[in-house]
Amino acid sequence: MKYQSQKVAYWYFLAAMALFGIQVLGGLLAGWIYVSPNFLSEILPFNVIRMIHTNALIVWLLLGFFGAAYFLVPEESEREVWSPKLAYLQLIILVVGTLGAVGSYLVGIHGGREFLEQPLWVKFGILVAALIFLLNISMTVLAGKKTAITNVLLMGMWLLSLLWIFAFINPDNLSLDKMYWWFVVHLWVEATWELVMAAILAFLLLKLTGVDREVVEKWLYVIVATALFSGILGTGHHFYWIGLPGYWQWIGSIFSTFEVIPFFLMMSFAFVMVWKGRRNHPNKAALLWSLGSSTVAFFGAGVWGFLHTLHGVNFYSHGTQITAAHGHLAFYGAYVALNLAIFTYAMPMLRERAPYNQVLNMASFWLMTGGMAFMTFVLTFAGTIQTHMQRVVGDYYMEVQESLSIFYLMRFGAGAAVVIGALLFIYSLLVVRQTEVIAPGPANPVPGE
Amino acid sequence: MAEFLTKSRARNIFYGGSIFFVVIFVGMTVHSHKYVVEVSTAGMPLSDAVIRGKHVWEENSCINCHSLHGEGAYFAPELGNVMTRWGVQDYPEDAFETLKGWIESQPSGIEGRRQMPRYELTDEDIRGLAEFLRWADQTDTQGWPPNDAG
Repeated sequence: MKYQSQKVAYWYFLAAMALFGIQVLGGLLAGWIYVSPNFLSEILPFNVIRMIHTNALIVWLLLGFFGAAYFLVPEESEREVWSPKLAYLQLIILVVGTLGAVGSYLVGIHGGREFLEQPLWVKFGILVAALIFLLNISMTVLAGKKTAITNVLLMGMWLLSLLWIFAFINPDNLSLDKMYWWFVVHLWVEATWELVMAAILAFLLLKLTGVDREVVEKWLYVIVATALFSGILGTGHHFYWIGLPGYWQWIGSIFSTFEVIPFFLMMSFAFVMVWKGRRNHPNKAALLWSLGSSTVAFFGAGVWGFLHTLHGVNFYSHGTQITAAHGHLAFYGAYVALNLAIFTYAMPMLRERAPYNQVLNMASFWLMTGGMAFMTFVLTFAGTIQTHMQRVVGDYYMEVQESLSIFYLMRFGAGAAVVIGALLFIYSLLVVRQTEVIAPGPANPVPGE
Repeated sequence: MAEFLTKSRARNIFYGGSIFFVVIFVGMTVHSHKYVVEVSTAGMPLSDAVIRGKHVWEENSCINCHSLHGEGAYFAPELGNVMTRWGVQDYPEDAFETLKGWIESQPSGIEGRRQMPRYELTDEDIRGLAEFLRWADQTDTQGWPPNDAG
């Protein structure tokens, strides 16, 4: 840690990990209700649990992004954060808002647009927090050195905050409501968040591999260009069946197919940089998460996204467990794993210790990634059967769901592995052990034959 | 690629191209907005009852179990075409009665079956919800869903 104010990130990461714990436990509970539907049904209905599961995810990912920005911008700009006090104020607003939202969900007060259920005062709180953040980080960057990484990160953050305005716009006309709702949901995760992801990934690879900055930054611009060129009109793949014109079927199919490209490039970027880089960075777990994130994002967002994005396919698969499979792997790979990569990289420095507990951290990577992959496979099988029975044959929804119960049981098992992995991850970062579980080998082993 | 594509060229392509696609997207959005109002949802007036129904739909977060036009939680049946499925799309009074009967019979309490909570709604709320679902059902959704099963 070169700059004192980077310490702000520590508290953001702590808050993010606490919510991460709540999120996966909420998911486990929802997964159990699929297996045993009467569980808690009178006390805590499924819709409230799901709201907590999705909202906690979104907020902790944002907390992670904010924390990552407060960590990496000082290093890039070569100066302290403009106002650490404002950064803490922003965090307090976000934590109070989050607790307020969860509390009001539990007593049945919530909005009804999916993922945007927060009460109005919480939405305003998020807006204020975002504005504080933008002011704080922009002032830091403007006063200091400008790099491609801070450019792209700032642009992503500015645009995603601007798009939040659409969380306040809820037309009475359902089709218009849906169209503008996607301005937040799609243009976050399939456009502006990709800018943030690519910038953080570029920072990590720069630090971990020691590859020349010019090379990293050129890659970064190419990646984010392909992300926006495909992602903006790719919004059309959500506009097929909600009452919008038919031309979106062509626009959406073509451009969302191109959405695979930025994820393929990010994966290639990560591997090429590691291949070219000569630095033997001691934080191997951060490297594993960085490579893992870009790889799983390619499969989850890229491949599983393409699987059902063409309108001829989506006509049958829309709104089935196929969507759930894609959603889980895409979020995990692109945004969860990337956040965990920057946590893993930054935490030892923020706590002023050498990288520790690499083995437990890496074990948590395989547990979570394995669990998520298994969950994705079983939900894909469930979704394929559901698509055939319900959309092709025409069997009713509830009958079809009953025949999928074996998949939901397996999904619960996969979810349990993810939860154990998540708790292990949090433990490995927070509880410091004196020694490694497995002693590391020499830094430069003798080359093989 | 290395010589031709310098960092500043890559940056300029990124900024220029993004603005180009944003402009196209905004143009298509404006057209789509008009299309929704004038064509795809114009088959039935956006009455006070429909708007009330949308609020009832939101306050009870139906979307976090059900799906509507395929978007939602996939835990409970698709409702974008539920009025057609029930055969009451063209009969507002039957739509109200059927929906009221359904809501008031929940939760079923059947062991091993997904439970819909009991929502205490007034008749006006239920009538609004029925109108909202009929309104959604008449929207031109490009032929989706493929069949009445939703």
